[in-house]
Amino acid sequence: MSATFVGMPAFPAAAREALSDTQLRRNLAHATGTIRAKRAAVVGEVDEWEELRMAGAAIKDNTLRHLDEHLLRLEKSLTDRGATVHWARDAAEACEIVASIAKQHAVDEVVKVKSMATQEIGLNEALATQGITAWETDLAELIVQLGDDLPSHILVPAIHRNRAEIREIFRDKMAAAGRPAPDDLSDRPAELAGAARLHLREKFLRARMAVSGANFAVAETGTLVVVESEGNGRMCLTLPEVLVSVVGIEKIVPTWSDLDVFLQLLPRSSTGERMNPYTSTWSGATEGQEAHVVLLDNGRTRALADEVGRQALRCIRCSACLNVCPVYERTGGHAYGSVYPGPIGAILNPLLRGTGVDDQVDSLPYASSLCGACFEACPVRIDIPEVLVHLRSKVVDAHRSAPKAEAVAMKSASWVLADSKRLGLAERGMGLAGRLLGRFGRKVMPGGRRALGRLPWPGSLWSNARDVPAPPAESFRAWWRREGRR
Amino acid sequence: MKVAVQVTCINDAMFPDTGKAVFTLLRRLGVQADFPAAQTCCAQPMVNTGYLDEAVPVVRNFVDAFAGYDAIVTPSGSCAGSVRHQHSIVARRSGDDRLAAAVAETSPKVYELTEFLVDVLGVTDVGAYFPHRVTYHPTCHSLRMLGVGDRPLRLLREVRGLDLVELPAADECCGFGGTFAVKNAETSTAMGADKARHVLDTGAEVLVAGDNSCLLHIGGLLSRQRTGVRVMHLAEVLAGTEEA
Repeated sequence: MSATFVGMPAFPAAAREALSDTQLRRNLAHATGTIRAKRAAVVGEVDEWEELRMAGAAIKDNTLRHLDEHLLRLEKSLTDRGATVHWARDAAEACEIVASIAKQHAVDEVVKVKSMATQEIGLNEALATQGITAWETDLAELIVQLGDDLPSHILVPAIHRNRAEIREIFRDKMAAAGRPAPDDLSDRPAELAGAARLHLREKFLRARMAVSGANFAVAETGTLVVVESEGNGRMCLTLPEVLVSVVGIEKIVPTWSDLDVFLQLLPRSSTGERMNPYTSTWSGATEGQEAHVVLLDNGRTRALADEVGRQALRCIRCSACLNVCPVYERTGGHAYGSVYPGPIGAILNPLLRGTGVDDQVDSLPYASSLCGACFEACPVRIDIPEVLVHLRSKVVDAHRSAPKAEAVAMKSASWVLADSKRLGLAERGMGLAGRLLGRFGRKVMPGGRRALGRLPWPGSLWSNARDVPAPPAESFRAWWRREGRR
Repeated sequence: MKVAVQVTCINDAMFPDTGKAVFTLLRRLGVQADFPAAQTCCAQPMVNTGYLDEAVPVVRNFVDAFAGYDAIVTPSGSCAGSVRHQHSIVARRSGDDRLAAAVAETSPKVYELTEFLVDVLGVTDVGAYFPHRVTYHPTCHSLRMLGVGDRPLRLLREVRGLDLVELPAADECCGFGGTFAVKNAETSTAMGADKARHVLDTGAEVLVAGDNSCLLHIGGLLSRQRTGVRVMHLAEVLAGTEEA
């Protein structure tokens, strides 16, 4: 169980592989289509949805503006209520803190509540190197973990798997991890859930330490909030003697009344439910339990320093943007090379990790057609297309010292397009070339226009799949001049 | 009212008939519009690929070319969106206050064609005739960046002889996305193939949209697959009459 995203190819190459996986394409189209329809229906029920989105965005923006003060307040509230607060600058520090707590209590296994922050820092892998096994208890996370697989969706990490595949994983892998799957396990969802339930129950009752994240952290009362559907989270939060919560510093909300807005926005946007089945809240340490909170930066202050990009820190990890994204729907989450896939991943990864240092990360802002469906669906109004374009400019600027062919092309295009006379000349050249090329291209497109043949690279990237109409003999501006309009 | 038409670079170079159709249509509606010959491009190809420095001279040319007009009409939701939402970003980047002021002056005067027809001229029946079965693709930037809503459909419904059929999953992107189509060619093609399939499902003879760039992509796929379905810009449909 050691799959990681390390060494993933850049998006276009990873996407190419995913696009040829017909099973994946079917699974994704079915799942995203279903959840899209559910979300649309429950969002449509709320008359003041747009006002709620504005409120959510405003609360997060105000909080981020004074993040330092809110964090100190959270630390004080937590400490006053008996929890121990740790600060982690990066993944390595955070993992070390969790591992050392485990060692202090001499535990060699922990149960986990589904958490993006712990996946982001690679906690399970880090604990494994220290001889500590981390058991995922969310059903989809369990499927991913047992299958030695990688998550491909924020909310539904095993979205790329169908129930027949899940049955196989349970039958093949459950025994090695604890209670085996029943021999006569079918692929009926209720039976699969039943098998997972029995398998997990054993782990809940045995574990002395749990690790969670938090959907929200309320500064005024030191309250952490976990929102979930299965009840596994509540088992982890309440049964073990030691509870460690790894919380990104952007998860903070100042007060309980702020929380109200997000508890309306989150379930409708993510699972398409009016309200999620389980909402657990705890303030500091509860009786009989030792509570630790690890406040995680890991690039968040870097993102905060980016004027355009900082809006990504509003994200409440609902995954609505993934479910409406036509690129995600066809390529799946693995192509993004991160636990944060889809449109939000395409901006969050470069913001957290920085642009210009890694080709895979630099490919992400381009993994979008800028169609804007993500912005429309985002419950906290993150203008993802705006941030994508902004990050593209940062990628380009980071590579200006060693210009690529593309940069040369853009510079020449800019030169031509800055002056209509130059453009007019270029168009005459195109017209001539078009007439010549048109003679070789014998195909006529519907409507009667002649098509060019297949073009050499880089035109082949276009013409391999699409017919290209031959350029007209006369551009609009040439026609206008010839007609003597003005 | 002094009206200019931004024909757009792709229409100018590749689809001159769309530019001609806009002038035919506007003249029929009593609007004498100019084609400021100094115009070139809205700079969207540079901005959306991340080349903001390279976009600066193109935006400067845009505001110079269209200075002094009360309305600038463009047969492209994408270019209208780019002018409205991106020119200010480019101007800010340039550090040139005069450019920023010129952008603030020009950008709000840019109208996508259907916005100009419905909101400014107040017409939905433009006297057009087009006796074909047609389906309409609302291009992403028209739909989301501009929010043109049902304006194009209201115009199409008034066209005599036109049989308008609904496109399944109409609001899903066709996968063009400017340089996305070459940087992520396979993904772009996969999206376009699904769009083409939906178009075929309608049984329409013609796919109509308000952006020739998207139509270049979808039309290229429809043609390669020998579907026999043609693509046309909305302006060309609206310009048609029984005489012509």
